[in-house]
Amino acid sequence: MRWVAAGSGRAPQIGGTLTLADHLGACLARWGINRMTFMVPPGLYAIGAPDSEAPVVVTANYKMSYDIVRRALCGRNVWLLVLETYGINVWCAAGKGTFGTGELVRRIENTGLAQVVSHRRLILPILGAAGVSAHRVKQRCGFEVAYATVRAADLPAYLDQGAATPAMRELRFNWYDRLVLVPVELVLAAKPVLPVTALVYLVARLFWSADVAAAAALALLGAVFTGIAVGPLLLPLLPGRSFAVKGALAGVVYCALLYALAGGAGWGVAATLGCFLALPAVSSFYTLNFTGCTTYTSKSGVKKEMRLGLPVMAAALGAALFIVVAGRLLV
Amino acid sequence: MKGFRYLEGVATLELDTARCIGCGRCVEVCPHQVFRVEGKKAVVVDRDACMECGACALNCPPAALKVDAGVGCASGMIHEWLREKKLPGFSGGGCCG
Repeated sequence: MRWVAAGSGRAPQIGGTLTLADHLGACLARWGINRMTFMVPPGLYAIGAPDSEAPVVVTANYKMSYDIVRRALCGRNVWLLVLETYGINVWCAAGKGTFGTGELVRRIENTGLAQVVSHRRLILPILGAAGVSAHRVKQRCGFEVAYATVRAADLPAYLDQGAATPAMRELRFNWYDRLVLVPVELVLAAKPVLPVTALVYLVARLFWSADVAAAAALALLGAVFTGIAVGPLLLPLLPGRSFAVKGALAGVVYCALLYALAGGAGWGVAATLGCFLALPAVSSFYTLNFTGCTTYTSKSGVKKEMRLGLPVMAAALGAALFIVVAGRLLV
Repeated sequence: MKGFRYLEGVATLELDTARCIGCGRCVEVCPHQVFRVEGKKAVVVDRDACMECGACALNCPPAALKVDAGVGCASGMIHEWLREKKLPGFSGGGCCG
């Protein structure tokens, strides 16, 4: 570890190049492995050889955030102030308040930043503004907060121009942005979904046959996958604004494909109705759940969707169960 | 956000123009370009794009902005409800830890 003089103390000097281990760690975190412990110690770091005039960039201590920022600033002389967000990214930590005014002021004091730099200007990510109050920071420690860009990749251009262009301030949510969010969602869903699938399998095995049980279990897993992966990936293509509706439509298409490709004509009325009621409800729930991963859905909107959507999903599941049980008893 | 619009008419964002000092912080912090400063006052130009993150209200020096801020996360809300109802087995969870 190399150190750089920082005021009366010193700060670790960090590189801007990511190693294989950094990439591997990020990859694992995307799959939920060691994600909650993927963090760096908070504090002041030196990128290059910053002096007292060098800009101060602030980020979270989620290692993926820290890595993306230091890679973007590779080859420059910048102070990097890392806040303690307990390994959570800037956006989520701002929502929780850990990327917040209190932590920022505390970290400035702890690191003696006022002695390290002669200016009084901090550069924060725009998505951190949900947790930080710029005028309170100024009141409490004299530092001026500038919210720079949404993406770390735009930081070099921001530093060069001293201001952000409208494009740098705008959120985007392209296909790849959504794709990288899917693995961890699949892993998180596995915990409740796998026991339920096992239960469906056992019940179907008990009252029907091994074939029916396997088909029912696979159909359910497919509906979950449709809601978690297909719905979010096709988000702008699915009609409507409601995530529940988008998910339900993806689920109906999934059911229709299943019906066409898996011998739907031989399913019988009860199973067919059960499928078309239950599976879209499952997909709908999981696509609605994806609102937590987006940066354009509002709390009021999600509340409204849940108030209207959850009873419909529950009713569809109940009706499917009733039809399938009635079909078993009557036939 | 380009290509994405969420539900209309639900955002709880309120701007008290009388209090506004036209500093432009709201324009700076809003990642959905909800505001514009016109004639030394902020105006809400696209309320339905608001995701209620609360950044504008938190960064508004004269407290001219109000919004019922929070994370629009379905599983988080369900966990919250279950926790409020004190159902066992639903203590942790949430999407981003």
